[in-house]
Amino acid sequence: MTNPEPLTIQAAARFIQGSSEKARTVAEALKKRVDQLDKSINAYIQFQLPKTFEIKQGPLAGVPISVKDNLCTHGWETTCGSKVLKGFIPPYDATVIRKLKEAGAVIVGKCNMDEFAFGSSNESSAFGPVKNPWDLTRVPGGSSGGSAAAVSSGEAIAALGSDTGGSIRQPASFCSVVGLKPTYGRVSRYGLVAFGSSLDQIGPITKTVEDAALLLQVMAGHDPLDSTSAQEPVPHYTEKLSKQVNGLKIGLAKEHFAAGLDPDVEKAIRQAAKTYQDLGAKIVDISLPHSRFAVHVYYIVATAEASSNLGRYDGVRYGLRVPSSNLTEMYIDTRDQGFGAEAKRRILLGTFVLSAGYYDAYYLRGLKARTFFRRDFEEAFKQVDVILTPTAPTPPFKLGEKTGDPLAMYLSDLYTIPANLAGNPAISIPGGFTNRDLPIGIQLIGKPFDEATLLSTAYAFEQATDFHKKKPRI
Amino acid sequence: MSEKFNIDSLADLARIRLKKEEKAKLTNDLSKILGYVEALGQLNLEGIEPTTHVAKLENVFRADEVKPALVREEVLKHSPHREGNFFKVPKVIDQA
Repeated sequence: MTNPEPLTIQAAARFIQGSSEKARTVAEALKKRVDQLDKSINAYIQFQLPKTFEIKQGPLAGVPISVKDNLCTHGWETTCGSKVLKGFIPPYDATVIRKLKEAGAVIVGKCNMDEFAFGSSNESSAFGPVKNPWDLTRVPGGSSGGSAAAVSSGEAIAALGSDTGGSIRQPASFCSVVGLKPTYGRVSRYGLVAFGSSLDQIGPITKTVEDAALLLQVMAGHDPLDSTSAQEPVPHYTEKLSKQVNGLKIGLAKEHFAAGLDPDVEKAIRQAAKTYQDLGAKIVDISLPHSRFAVHVYYIVATAEASSNLGRYDGVRYGLRVPSSNLTEMYIDTRDQGFGAEAKRRILLGTFVLSAGYYDAYYLRGLKARTFFRRDFEEAFKQVDVILTPTAPTPPFKLGEKTGDPLAMYLSDLYTIPANLAGNPAISIPGGFTNRDLPIGIQLIGKPFDEATLLSTAYAFEQATDFHKKKPRI
Repeated sequence: MSEKFNIDSLADLARIRLKKEEKAKLTNDLSKILGYVEALGQLNLEGIEPTTHVAKLENVFRADEVKPALVREEVLKHSPHREGNFFKVPKVIDQA
């Protein structure tokens, strides 16, 4: 046990076999790798091994797991990548953290992220940008950039992220790992620092589809502490995982091959369709007619919800307070010094679309247009079982390339946003590389609460290809 | 587009202070983004129901039972300024 890089959850659990001593061995090997690499990658805001290893038995017995720093961890600072939450030590665990711990997992790190999950490149973090392990001059994607980079570089066995418009899937694509956004309501959001409450979902970022199924298994299910979590039964994802896609109908939408799609990405998607065909699946041409309006709707709905959710950062109860002589000045000074540029931009945008006189023209119009995204998927899923799309329009871009142009940055979520607007589950898996060895992800979108079919479809592709076996040279 | 919003009153509503250079940049950014979302005007939205939420839920109720909640001391321990069992804030009412 010297190099944890190729170690999956399954492999780690097999090695540990419920032994606290072996769990310590794995965790210490991981720490060594983090000590070696994280100065250059910056995937972690904090990494810390527990003082004692007395592990709980369960499917994750002794397996070290890293989590995005917007998940509340009891007694462990949770910053959300923001100065405004500096010093916030949650008095409780998020439901997913509690469930991981109950399954035996050891939480070892809090991963870097875009401030409040606002970003697609991890450059808006108050703790500095994360670098892409495949090319340190490029971004790892965002907002769960730290989680994806940690898994990809072997600085984590597996990690949790959160996804409001693509924040699990786009970094998974940029770092050549697996990233699953479950159906809205599948996983409890209790203890996830809120961004867009009607869009947010927590999900796994892993080295294999099997690991993603395993983590979903542990996390899924209704939670009385999140009234939007669904009462739907949770199937046995790991047992149901199958390579069999014979007769499965996979949709390709013509709207997804429009201008702006990188030719290498297009090639990878066409090739993936061919692979599925060879495995016996049927490729069906479908239409998702409103696809090109995804970013428009998202930046109304998500910023409106964000501006409301971020109203709570006022310096009164937790986190940063900038002292002042009166209350209003204290709010303003705290928010001025606490929030970074992108947070301010989104708060102002959200405040505008909700403000008197503009509500109907912007927010209400956005909500109505959002309805089309549900309908488009409902129509498409009458014809197919799964939809295949690019995850991101391009391979990972350069650090600094899009920071000056927020709109260009927002467009990198074009293909991932619709699943959040409609609530459907979606997964990004390694789908190829450019000739310069930059990762390309492919996205599969499923029917609501049908993660089982989604995972099996992803698993079939993974087992038929070698992309997931390739690791960055670092 | 920029004539539609007053960056100062927006900042005021959101309790955010903007430095002069921030103000110019954000005015420009917001104009561009709002100009971009204008394209939604191309959609015929007549008779379309707004979607506020995708969870198929009506009101969610729970039994009205007393249960243990967060430990008060833990909640207050990390607050930026407390006095006894209260969060302390600066003066709210100005003495004229």
